[in-house]
Amino acid sequence: MFAGFDWDVIQRSAGYLFREGMTFTVTLTVLAMSGGIVLGTALAMMRLSSVKPLALLAGGYVNLMRSVPLLLVIFWFYFLVPYIGAWVIGAKQPVQVGAILSSVITFTLFEAAYYCEIMRAGIQSIPRGQVWAGYALGLNYWQTMGTVVLPQAFRNMLPVLLTQTIILFQDTSLVYVLSITDFLGAAAKVAQRDGRLVEMYLFVAVVYFIISFFLSHQVKRLQAKLAVPGRM
Amino acid sequence: MAMIEMKDVSKWYGTFQVLKDCTTNVDKGEVVVVCGPSGSGKSTLIKCVNALEPFQKGDVVVDGISVADPRTDLPKLRSRVGMVFQHFELFPHMSVTDNLALAQVKVLGRPREEAVARGMKYLERVGLKEHAHKYPGQLSGGQQQRVAIARALSMDPIAMLFDEPTSALDPEMINEVLDVMVGLAHEGMTMMVVTHEMGFARKVAHRVIFMDRGEIVEDAKTDDFFGKPRSERAVQFLSKILHH
Ligand SMILES: Nc1ncnc2c1ncn2[C@@H]1O[C@H](COP(=O)(O)OP(=O)(O)OP(=O)(O)O)[C@@H](O)[C@H]1O
Ligand SMILES: [Mg+2]
Repeated sequence: MFAGFDWDVIQRSAGYLFREGMTFTVTLTVLAMSGGIVLGTALAMMRLSSVKPLALLAGGYVNLMRSVPLLLVIFWFYFLVPYIGAWVIGAKQPVQVGAILSSVITFTLFEAAYYCEIMRAGIQSIPRGQVWAGYALGLNYWQTMGTVVLPQAFRNMLPVLLTQTIILFQDTSLVYVLSITDFLGAAAKVAQRDGRLVEMYLFVAVVYFIISFFLSHQVKRLQAKLAVPGRM
Repeated sequence: MAMIEMKDVSKWYGTFQVLKDCTTNVDKGEVVVVCGPSGSGKSTLIKCVNALEPFQKGDVVVDGISVADPRTDLPKLRSRVGMVFQHFELFPHMSVTDNLALAQVKVLGRPREEAVARGMKYLERVGLKEHAHKYPGQLSGGQQQRVAIARALSMDPIAMLFDEPTSALDPEMINEVLDVMVGLAHEGMTMMVVTHEMGFARKVAHRVIFMDRGEIVEDAKTDDFFGKPRSERAVQFLSKILHH
């Protein structure tokens, strides 16, 4: 049934697809993951804080982000970030922010909301006695968080955290709407140019599948490796 | 000289009063046992000593330093008071060595080698030297609790607080922990111990505090408490726990 398809197009364009497209996809994933986890952890600590305004602010942000489709957020930020940038640095003209920077900011802010909820669950899974024990030894809030609570929370949450990152890896393909050449974007360009839509989109799907599947498998291995001795 | 002074400590959870004007002293080198029915406020009271539980009225003064004073450096005060919990609360993601060294390094600023050496000294004292490299999850309950005591001792505390240190243990492990505590008491450590181990109280406690519904109902010399408890509630409590 595949007669008449030109599989050669994949070989011809593979260099371009991976060098340009996949490099961007991976870069965006890694940046949004790092930024998202840092910001998400901060948001989670705010949500769990006893300072009410902080908790409300973080809660509002998270709920807003999680109620809006990512595609919409991407568009919104693309048009809004130049104005916000201008407001922040006090410039009169909108700051020119490229599509790439805009997408990094968007994904970081969007993913932070999801990482926040994951971290919040992780932090709450740590028994209160652990915090007491840290305080009783004289550790202050930040030391207790940093050495007692967060390391345990991260371990508990690692599988979910990485699974969210695999979803993020797939979701980055949405930057296609900003005409960015990510992996999907690069494939789409080749597909249009050579008129080889079926071949290219099939290939793209297979590549996403293999990478995601491989990563999921690695998550399981890492989980076993990080397990604390004497616990499950 | 009073090491711990509690003056009219009252605490509320919303409208529910957990502690009602609790007043007592623990002198230097004194061992005080706190007992009473479940929910009477024993844990809450002992946690007020190192400000793990905030209270709304009254004050606790530890070695001359007021817990209620907003200018007090609470982490510093806490670092000088050791605390042992019912569920051990060792840090499960750290080896025994790191559990012992962590606060010595982070809070007291000791060099790591010194902190580890000091931790080992106390680990040896509680009879667990060969378990230093293990993780808490690889130890029995009794062993974990002894590590927890060693962890508190490595901070050179001026007093030790125990909140039901043996009540989560299997019966055959209770004595190994109590033995360590008896040793401490004989060395003159200032101790406040919430426990229902009346044998321990008889053996080493100078005084017994009996609490009920947030009140210190009785605060007496050990012999007086067991010999002729004054309140009806204490009599009932004693007959209940001594008869099983
Ligand atoms: N966070 C809280 N919010 C509301 N009530 C609480 C809270 N913590 C404890 N209490 C209540 O305060 C009272 C005293 O609790 P506490 O833990 O000090 O009792 P206890 O004497 O240590 O009991 P036990 O022997 O069961 O450990 C109990 O009635 C308990 O239900
Ligand atoms: Mg209690």
